[in-house]
Amino acid sequence: MEQSVIDWSRAQFALTAMYHWLFVPLTLGLGFIMAIMETLYLKTKNAKWKKTAKFWMKIFGINFAVGVATGIILEFEFGTNWSKYSWFVGDIFGAPLAIEGIFAFFMEATFIAVMFFGWNKVSKGFHLASTWLTVGGATLSAVWILVANAWMQHPVGMGEFNVDLVRTELNDFWAVISPVAIMKFFHTVISSWMLGAAVVIGIASWYMLKNREKTFALDSIKIASVVGVTGIVISIITGDITGNQVAKTQPMKLAAMEGLYDGANGVGLVGIGILNHDKTYNDGKDPYLFDISVPKMLSFLATRDINGYVPGINDIIKGGYTTQEGNIAVPVEEKIARGKEASEQLRLYKTATNEEDKETAKAFFKANSKYFGYSFFNSAADTIPPVSLVFYSFRIMVCLGLLFLILFVVVIYYIGKNKFTAARWLQKTCLWAIPFAYIASQAGWIVAEVGRQPWAIQDILPVQAAVTNINASSVILTFFIFLLLFTTLLIAEIKIILKAIQTGPVESVEDEQY
Amino acid sequence: MERIRNIGDFFRMYVDGFKNLSWGKPLWVIILVKLFIMFAVLKVFFFRNPLNEFDSEKEKSEYIYNELTKGHNINVKIKKYGTKCN
Repeated sequence: MEQSVIDWSRAQFALTAMYHWLFVPLTLGLGFIMAIMETLYLKTKNAKWKKTAKFWMKIFGINFAVGVATGIILEFEFGTNWSKYSWFVGDIFGAPLAIEGIFAFFMEATFIAVMFFGWNKVSKGFHLASTWLTVGGATLSAVWILVANAWMQHPVGMGEFNVDLVRTELNDFWAVISPVAIMKFFHTVISSWMLGAAVVIGIASWYMLKNREKTFALDSIKIASVVGVTGIVISIITGDITGNQVAKTQPMKLAAMEGLYDGANGVGLVGIGILNHDKTYNDGKDPYLFDISVPKMLSFLATRDINGYVPGINDIIKGGYTTQEGNIAVPVEEKIARGKEASEQLRLYKTATNEEDKETAKAFFKANSKYFGYSFFNSAADTIPPVSLVFYSFRIMVCLGLLFLILFVVVIYYIGKNKFTAARWLQKTCLWAIPFAYIASQAGWIVAEVGRQPWAIQDILPVQAAVTNINASSVILTFFIFLLLFTTLLIAEIKIILKAIQTGPVESVEDEQY
Repeated sequence: MERIRNIGDFFRMYVDGFKNLSWGKPLWVIILVKLFIMFAVLKVFFFRNPLNEFDSEKEKSEYIYNELTKGHNINVKIKKYGTKCN
């Protein structure tokens, strides 16, 4: 397999997923905020909330329309670029994706129409229910995508490897909805509230700066800032639980997030740090050029014990330490050897001419099958993810998350003291903060996905084994086609949203058409 | 249009909604162009799933097996666990 095919396929999937993720979190976050606004309209009967909700529905609609179906390209890529992956795990991965398709199509397609076309045609209560069901449909569709993604991080619910069909098969669907999947859902969806809040507050602040629609803007900011703070506080809790799960299920990812090469008891959490880029696995060099750590914090987060043991990259590769489950960690070199043995036995099984040989090969394959994925590596160092990208992305996500928490709290304080209208510096800060919400959101995914490298499915199938053996030039060509297509869509969205913002909320809400 | 009272009114809501689109029009143009590019151009010319070239599950699994085991060093010695069956 050409390395360039692997790299370009990876780049193409990353590009598609990252563009897709520009639209999705705004749908999830803004949807929740506008549904609250419409709820307030129903409760207070005050038309200002209808005007407010309708304006944000318009922004939601533009984002939804431009973003809809960009995810389909990801599913095309599963077939084209990742056909071995699709075959290998299709039996498991296909189920959540199929459910997602059904939920997304029926719920969103039905209720989004009522939400946009149904004002004055259905009762206020039914319209509100449709708005919530549209948001619920988008959220439910995220559930299944995130269940599928969580399965790639923590594969569970499979039966015995099917040596005849060369694939893993599902034997317990409910196991796939694991605690890892549940936490991934809450962390991802609720952190999207932060992004939705940042966009609403930023746009509303622009109206304040322009001395337009002040009541509308202040009302929007009030709702969004509370949603934003709530979202970040819940995200901190779910992030903490996710980190604890990662320590158990993906210790290499955690080690990369921290740039931790040599594990110990009572390890500190690096708050601020600069990595030593000359550092390589097992060379004895200091991994940091500079770092400020919170003593014992990483041990506490990973093990819930301030003196707990956290393995570093070197320890995970060498093995021999006791895991949190009480097992002795198997050295990676041994996993590679056992994986190659499994591969050999699979070959013997496939080429055996009598039943007895087949059964023997199958039995030996079974003994080592859990390490089959390691057979694709030539050295233990191949199992280390790109440490610096994961390390810095994690810090960007956390730092921006905390800065947004501070920003939203300051906004609530200024609103509460009736000082927000005069605080133009704060309005400007809120406006310019919008892109940073997207950076935080993307950084989170980089931590999750790059931290899992070199695995497509943790400990089961590495990326180089998952990728289709196709021509590199085809992948490069489609990479640039997607880049062009997605960039055009993004520019179109930004232009249409800017025009909608320029127009502002419509005074005569009864007459507005979509 | 009056309030929705039956399934016919429900469908008329869609028809009226689409007929009276204002700012939604360019969005629908974007959606239709995008779907055309995805399904009529990209899917047809660029997204050929190699597994679709095989008819049976057996052929597909053989292809995957050959791809997965291509280039593997099959004579590896297992230090700790290594007894081989042949």
